[in-house]
Amino acid sequence: MILGIIEHDRGRINKLSLEMMTFGRRLAAERETGFGAVLIGAGAEALVELMADYGVSQIYHVQHPRLDDYAPEAWAQSVLGLFPTAGPDVVLAAGTDRGQEVMAHVATRANLPLAANCLAVHAGEPFQVTRQRWGGSLLEEATLSGSPRLMTVAPFVIAAEEATMPTEPDIIPIMPEITDRDFRVRITGRVKTDSDKISLADARIVIGGGRGVGSSEGFAILEKLAGLLGGAVGGSRVVTNKGWRSHADQIGQTGTRIAPDLYIACGISGAIQHMVGCKGAQRIMAINLDPEAPIIGKADYLVVGDLHEVLPALVEEIESL
Amino acid sequence: MSLNILVCVKRVPATGAKITLTADEQEIDTRHLAFTVSPHEECAVEEAVRLVEKHGGSATVLTLGPEEATQQLRDALAMGVEHALLLETDGADWDPQATTEAIVDAIREAEEKAGQPFDLLLFGNEAADTGGYQVPIRVSHTLDRPCVTGIKGLEIDGEAGDRITATARRETTGGWELYAVSTPAVFSVKEGINLPRYPPLRGKLRAKKKPIQQTSPAYTAGGLQKIRLRVPEEQAQQAQHLGSGVAAVPNILAVLKEMEFVES
Repeated sequence: MILGIIEHDRGRINKLSLEMMTFGRRLAAERETGFGAVLIGAGAEALVELMADYGVSQIYHVQHPRLDDYAPEAWAQSVLGLFPTAGPDVVLAAGTDRGQEVMAHVATRANLPLAANCLAVHAGEPFQVTRQRWGGSLLEEATLSGSPRLMTVAPFVIAAEEATMPTEPDIIPIMPEITDRDFRVRITGRVKTDSDKISLADARIVIGGGRGVGSSEGFAILEKLAGLLGGAVGGSRVVTNKGWRSHADQIGQTGTRIAPDLYIACGISGAIQHMVGCKGAQRIMAINLDPEAPIIGKADYLVVGDLHEVLPALVEEIESL
Repeated sequence: MSLNILVCVKRVPATGAKITLTADEQEIDTRHLAFTVSPHEECAVEEAVRLVEKHGGSATVLTLGPEEATQQLRDALAMGVEHALLLETDGADWDPQATTEAIVDAIREAEEKAGQPFDLLLFGNEAADTGGYQVPIRVSHTLDRPCVTGIKGLEIDGEAGDRITATARRETTGGWELYAVSTPAVFSVKEGINLPRYPPLRGKLRAKKKPIQQTSPAYTAGGLQKIRLRVPEEQAQQAQHLGSGVAAVPNILAVLKEMEFVES
């Protein structure tokens, strides 16, 4: 059995879990075994239909009054508790903050190795994986031992795809054995910021600015364009290191990974650390003074010019429509 | 209050626009590259220095790496860290389990010598090069301490007996999650928790003279072993030229209309 840990927020699925499930279902088919989904916490009932669409054969529904909010060690302990029943030979999670965290706890508790951000498996002897280094700008082929094999799935590499035929998964309720100790680390509070703002990670269109924007004030025109198009504004590492934008707006290896339909990169040269952050974009439009900038090699559309001239003209044009 | 902090860093090449490999595909060709520490870890060092400046105590920096990693230790000393510890290797990759074991042994030895645990162990969220996402958690579990990963804020709340309580902040879509824990505790830091300082000249001079404690840990291979590295194949992308300057605006607009971002 291949087991996948599904990440959801009170019944709303994290879309990277869909990619992980696509990866897991294919691996299960290749190995002629089932694909089981682990659902932890409140709201999981709402996800049963989706699990069927993605070809899940068993749903392990872990329920415990204290598991309604996130606690990494308690989640890991719940997953470990399934091993005797489910007998997985591979356990997967999406390569998200929580996915990496829970799997690392599972790995250390079970004294097993863990391969983070995998994008391919060659399940022979030895068992081999292809995984990302440098945020995806370099790949590593490696052997992975242990039973079960533990992996997280690299984000934005495998396109989420439903199964050709929906399944009728068995739902197996599980009451985990967890102790106070497993709750040493848990969410003890939440702070909301700009809840109306479209988030960088979810935006359908992102306007990004780099060194070429020149200043914090220079971002006003990017903000204006994003507002007109219903998008979000982000920036390169230069921009957040200079303090022109808050770090929350950074697109890249040490910031946010974006996956919009269109990414308009303005005055961004395209260092690899930035490009791995926008790999998930369907299309990239580069507006740059330098037609030789590295980003041009990754772009679908190129505009050679000064963003401070092109963007105001574009904004004016859109406003006049 | 006095905080005893250990911060762990890793020497990595400062890659530019393209990565080139050595002929045996085992390493990045670093002949023309400078070295640095991962950005997350640079912020972890800064955080350690700030916490000590605010609450008193002392910070120690540790790295597992080749002799050349002394440079990265000196960079941390120049930023205001007190002590440095090099776990010397031959420079080859150590897998996460082997790395954990070496770091845990070094921590135990240092704590035994000091007669007290480090209040805080700080790491980067993941190393820029290998991106394993697990050493901080493995270390915390082996030492039986709580661990909060990927934090972008850390506040010391107060003292309760011989323990210090702290609240870490983790960024989520549209907000923050708060995690309150008591020390000794482990945190992995993300870039953005602070803006690291440029080391002052005075600090650089002082760092040159500081002793660096050195050990050579034994390597026991873990279960994830590199076979080879590979640069991902790039799909040769021929960008469609939409024009130069403001003359490109109609073509940009056409793309936005086609993708239904503006009404046609």
